[in-house]
Amino acid sequence: MTETKKEEVTKYIVISSDKVLPSDAAMKIYESEFPVTVKETCFGLIVSGAKDDVQILVEQIRQLDKNHIFVKDRGFPPGDERRCRASRGGGPRPGFHFLREEVEMLPAIGAALDELEAKECVTEKCKKKCRLKTSDLKKVIEEELAR
Amino acid sequence: MAKVFIYPINSLILADLVERFGHKPLTMMSQIREKVTSLSLDSPPLNITPEDPKLGLKYAAIEVPAGVRGRMSLIGPLIEQTEAAIIVENPPTDFGCVGCNRTNELTKYLVRSKGVPVLEVKYPESDDEARDFVNKIATFLESLPKEKSEEDDKAKNEKQSEKEGKK
Repeated sequence: MTETKKEEVTKYIVISSDKVLPSDAAMKIYESEFPVTVKETCFGLIVSGAKDDVQILVEQIRQLDKNHIFVKDRGFPPGDERRCRASRGGGPRPGFHFLREEVEMLPAIGAALDELEAKECVTEKCKKKCRLKTSDLKKVIEEELAR
Repeated sequence: MAKVFIYPINSLILADLVERFGHKPLTMMSQIREKVTSLSLDSPPLNITPEDPKLGLKYAAIEVPAGVRGRMSLIGPLIEQTEAAIIVENPPTDFGCVGCNRTNELTKYLVRSKGVPVLEVKYPESDDEARDFVNKIATFLESLPKEKSEEDDKAKNEKQSEKEGKK
């Protein structure tokens, strides 16, 4: 019986975090023992493997620093001769320039996501009727005084 | 889960935000993957066949350069699936696979004329703009229906029938 090959996907994991380095994320993947290919790059990682495995791994990596790790699909598998710099005589690979431009904006996007998350937490808290904590009251007073 | 078309079509930030807020981004990368990893390599290196520009004829006239039609053969099927769209104006670079401005104009025109909800935002250049950018996108994505799409249901039904078949 021939077994149908599982769908293979490749993902970029772009890390713009103060806490997590690409090597930390790579170690996390090695520890997980999923049969995937990992390539460490200057901006993060390229992970390739069966769709389900990669999906689980990407979620695990994202949880390391949720708002500062970004993920997108990649068409070409890692090390593909049509894109790999080793076989093209060096220089940035096609598609790198746009990624570099976007990577510059990632710290601001991450901070905006942090703020958005904090706002959501506040609105959730407001929905529940409860006593105001002294620490929260202190924050409110400090914010008012800082104006 | 809605299928959200993004422009620039290979954007990391947009693809990530769409996925983060629980929807499916329609990106160039998935189309390219099909082209470069399929086994029947007709025309190396990218597996583009003479059929592709013909497929592009559905979206652009014969007088239009073949490059535009070739690109539209990849982007066009995505536009057909579109249920919502996010268009970012003046992205920093327009080179690489989104480097053809005529294709970009045609893509944006087709998306706008499709009649699906479209969010148009400016590419952020400062922290304040980034905050505004993310807030707008988050509000837009949260307003979209989060129900499972028909394709997911189909896939589930197929899996169930396969299991029953094995039994």
